[in-house]
Amino acid sequence: MSAKEHVQTINDYQEYDPRHKETFVTKYIFSVDHKTISKQYMITGLVMGVIGILMSLLFRLQLAWPDHQFTIYEVFLGKWGADGIMDPNMYLALVTMHGTIMVFFVLTAGLTGTFSNLLIPLQIGARDMASGFLNMVSYWLFFISSLLMVISLFVETGPASAGWTIYPPLSALPQAIPGSGAGMTIWLIALVIFIASSLLGSLNFIVTILNLRTKGMSMTRMPLTVWSFLVTAIVGLVSFPVLFSAGLMLIMDRSFGTSFFLSDIYIAGEVLHHQGGSPVLFEHLFWFLGHPEVYIVILPAMGIVSEILATNSRKPIFGYRAMVASLLAIAFLSTIVWGHHMFVSGMNPFLGSVFTFTTLLIAIPSAVKAFNWITTIWRGNLQMNVAMLWGIGFVSTFITGGLTGLIVGNSALDINVHDTYFVVAHFHLVMGVSAAYGFIAGIYHWFPKMFSGRLMNKKLGYIHFWITAIGAYGIFFPMHFVGLAGLPRRYYTNSNFPYFDDLHDINVVMTIFAIIAIGGQLVFVYNFLHSMFYGKVGPKNPWNGTTLEWTTEHKAIHGNWDGPIPHVYRWAYDYSKMNKEGTDYVIPGQDFIPQHIPLQENEEDSGH
Amino acid sequence: MTAFLVILVILLLGVSIWQMSRIFQLARKKPSAYDEIASDDDNNTQGYLMIGFLIFIYLLVIASFYFWWGTLLPEAASEHGSRIDNLMLITMIVIFTAGIITQALLHYFAFYYRGKKGKIATHYADNDRLEFIWTIIPVITLSGLIIYGLFTWTDVMNINQDDDPLVIEIYAYQFGWKARYAGEDNTLGEANVRLIEGINALGVDPADPNGFDDKVVSEVHLPVDRKVLFKIRSQDVLHSVYMPHFRAQMNSVPGMITQFAFTPTITTEEMRQTDHIIKKVDNINDIRAKESQALQAKGEEPLEPYEFDYLLLCNKICGISHFNMQMKIVVETEEEFSSWLAEQPTLKEQLNN
Repeated sequence: MSAKEHVQTINDYQEYDPRHKETFVTKYIFSVDHKTISKQYMITGLVMGVIGILMSLLFRLQLAWPDHQFTIYEVFLGKWGADGIMDPNMYLALVTMHGTIMVFFVLTAGLTGTFSNLLIPLQIGARDMASGFLNMVSYWLFFISSLLMVISLFVETGPASAGWTIYPPLSALPQAIPGSGAGMTIWLIALVIFIASSLLGSLNFIVTILNLRTKGMSMTRMPLTVWSFLVTAIVGLVSFPVLFSAGLMLIMDRSFGTSFFLSDIYIAGEVLHHQGGSPVLFEHLFWFLGHPEVYIVILPAMGIVSEILATNSRKPIFGYRAMVASLLAIAFLSTIVWGHHMFVSGMNPFLGSVFTFTTLLIAIPSAVKAFNWITTIWRGNLQMNVAMLWGIGFVSTFITGGLTGLIVGNSALDINVHDTYFVVAHFHLVMGVSAAYGFIAGIYHWFPKMFSGRLMNKKLGYIHFWITAIGAYGIFFPMHFVGLAGLPRRYYTNSNFPYFDDLHDINVVMTIFAIIAIGGQLVFVYNFLHSMFYGKVGPKNPWNGTTLEWTTEHKAIHGNWDGPIPHVYRWAYDYSKMNKEGTDYVIPGQDFIPQHIPLQENEEDSGH
Repeated sequence: MTAFLVILVILLLGVSIWQMSRIFQLARKKPSAYDEIASDDDNNTQGYLMIGFLIFIYLLVIASFYFWWGTLLPEAASEHGSRIDNLMLITMIVIFTAGIITQALLHYFAFYYRGKKGKIATHYADNDRLEFIWTIIPVITLSGLIIYGLFTWTDVMNINQDDDPLVIEIYAYQFGWKARYAGEDNTLGEANVRLIEGINALGVDPADPNGFDDKVVSEVHLPVDRKVLFKIRSQDVLHSVYMPHFRAQMNSVPGMITQFAFTPTITTEEMRQTDHIIKKVDNINDIRAKESQALQAKGEEPLEPYEFDYLLLCNKICGISHFNMQMKIVVETEEEFSSWLAEQPTLKEQLNN
C-alpha cells in the first residue's frame, strides 16, 4: 500500500472510535493527540516565557539604577547578586539566557509548537498528525531541552554568557568568561536536542499538510495559518541542520582540541595551540540559521494574524494569493540574507554589498503584507474581540520595527548602528514583540478549541492588551535613541565613564515601562489559569469563523470529528459575501460561509 | 469567655459574608454564552481607544525627540561620515513618512470601521492594480536607498593605497586597547601572539626591521584631514573597534587582520566648540554636579567635571569588563600630532631598555 493510500485509509476510516481506552499517562503525558501535544507546547513555552521575561526585569533594573542595591538580585541570583549588587558576569548571563529562551524556547517552539500542532490537523481536516508518535517524541525532546536549559542556570560557574549568538572564542574558552564552562556545555547539548525536536516537528508538519488534507482542501483553499506553518516548517528544515553542524564543531573545539573557529589566541598568560580556524566561519554558520530563525518566529505569527484580522473584520483577507506569494518570497529571501549580521565582521566588503541588496529586497514582500492587512480591515465590520486587538497591535509593531530594518539592513548605515541599542530596539519590535503579539492573539482566539469551549475573560483581555501595547512602545521606541547616541549593547552599565551619563533618564523611562508591561502580564496569567477552569463556555463557533476547527464539538476527542471528516467546497475567507441579487448574504442572516458548505444556488462562484 | 465570644463573632461574620456572596451570585443575571464576545459597546470603546493609542504613539515620538535629541551623536567627524549621515537622514525621512501614514491608516480604520450590528462589510478580496501599486512603490524607494547605500559602502570600504594613509594598528585584548604606529617607514612590523613576551605585549617580531620604528601607545592621536588606515588585531576573543563619532566600526578577530580607513575632519578642540557638544557636555556636567553633591554629603570625593573626548569603544561582547573597554582618541593639527608622536619611544628603544 503506498503512502498516499495509507493516508487515505486513515482519513476515510469513518468508524473511528474515539472511546478507545486511555489511561492518565497516555492521555495527558505521553499523548499522541495533536491537541494535547499543542497544549503541552503552550504550557512549556509560557513557563519558559515567564523565566525569560523575569530575566529581562532583572537586567532592566540594573540598567536603570546601576548604583542602587536591589535585594531582589540576591533573592533570584544568590551569590551572583550578593548584597544586592549584580555581578557583571551574571548580567551577561542574563542577557544571553533571555535571548536564548525567548527566541528558541518561547517564540520558536512555543509559538509554532502550539499552533502548528493545534491548527494543522483541525484546519486541513485530518484526524491527527501524519505521525502522532514522532510528534510526541518531538515534544518530549523539546521538554528535555527546556529542562537542560533551566538546569544550566544553576551550575556553579554560571550559565552561558557569551551572548545568545555564542560567538567563539568567547563561548569556547572558559578562561575568557566563566559562563563558557559547564554552563556553555549544557547550553550546547540543550540546543542540539532542541534542533532534533524542531526537525521532527517540521517534518511532521510538512508531511501532514501535503498528504492529509481532506477532500476539496486544495492548497489554494488552505487558510493562511496553514500556509504559514508549512513555509515555516520548510525554512526550519533547511536552516536548523546548519546550526547543528556549527554546534557540533563548537563542541569539538571546546572539548576535543580541534580548531574550526580558533586561531592565534593568547589568553590568561599563555598561547593556545589552536591554529587556522576562524570565528567568522562560525558567524556564517550561525547566521545561516540565525536569520531564517527570525522568520521562523515571525511567519506563524503573520499567519495567525491574517486569519484573526479577516475573521474579526468580517471580510476576506485582502490579496490571498499575494499573501501566499509574499510568504514564499520572504521564506526564500530569508535564506540568502544572513550576511547582513556580519557587515563589520571582517568579511569581504563585496559580500556586504550582495547582502545589502538581498536584505533590502525582503522589504518588498513585507510591505505588501502590511498594506494587505491594512486593506483587510478597510471597510470591514470590525469585531473588537481581544484577539483582534492583538492582531492590530501586531501590524503596528511590525511596521514600526520593520521600517528601521531599512537602516540596519543597509551596510553603509549599519557601520555605525551595528551592535548598538538601535539594533536591539529594531529586532525587539519587529520579531520579539510582534511574534509575541501573534502568540497571544492566537491564545485568545483558539483558547476555546483547547479548553472545551471555554472563552477567556474579555475585560481582562482588554486590560492586558492596552497595558502591553503602551508598555512595548514605551520600552522600545526610546531605545532607538540610546542606539543613535552610540551606546553599545551588552554593557553592564553605561555610567562607568561620563560620555553616556545623559542617557540615564531614558534608561529609567524604559525600565518603568518594562515594569508596567511585565506587571500587565500577571493579568494574562490569572485570566489564562482562571478561564481554563471557570471560563464561560461559549458557542461552538464563537467568532463566526469559516475554518474547519469550528465544526468540531466542544469536547475534544482523539480523531477530532465524531463521524466523517467534513469535506471542503470553498476557501477560508467567504465573509460578508452577498448573493447574486445583492439583497442579503448568501446564507440569509449569516455573514460567513464555512468551508464545508457547498456552493449555494444564489451565489456567484468567485473561483476559490 | 471573651475568647469564645470573639471566635463566635468571627464565625458568624464569616457565615454572613458567605451567605451574602451567595445572594449576590444568585441575584446576578444568568451568565450568557456570548458575554466574552465583543458587543457593539465594546467595539465602540475599543475603536476610540485605538485613536487614543495612535495619539499616544505620536506623542511618544515627539516627546522622545524633545527630551533626547541632545543625547544623540554630534555631526560626523570624518569625511565619509557626512555621507553616511546624509543617507541616514534620507532613510529617516522615508521611514517617518511611511510610518506616520501607515500607523494613521491602521488605527483610523480600526476606529472608523468598528463593528455595529447590521453593518455589512465589503466583500473585497483582490485588486491587482492596488497590489501592483504597493509593490512598485517600495521597489522604487528601495532601489534609491540601495544604490545610494552601495556607492557609499564601496567608497568607505575600498581602501586606496595611493592615498598614502597613515597606518595604525589597533590591538584588542581583554580588556583594553593598544595602538601601534607604523613609524617613519609607515610599515608595521610582522606580529603574532606566539611572540608575546614581557614588554613586547603585542607580539611584534623583534627580528623584523619594519617593526624597529613602530611605536606602541595607549591613546590614539590622529592628524586632522589625513587618511588613516587602521589595521585591527585581537589577542584573545572577538572585540569590535567602534568609533561612533567617526561613523567607523570593524570587528577585531583573533587570527586575522581586519581593516578600516577614514579621514578625520574635525579636531577634538573644534568638536568641543560645536553647539551640540557644548549642550551635551553641560547637560552631563549638571548630572554630575548633582551626583557630586550626593557624594559630598556622604563625605566622599566629588566627581571631576567632564570634558568631551572622542572615544574608541568595544562593541562586541567580550567578557566581564566589556562595558569598560575604551580608549581615548585625540584629533589634532598636523604639527601637534608630529610633536606628540616624536615624544613616543620606538619599539626598539623600548625592547632594548
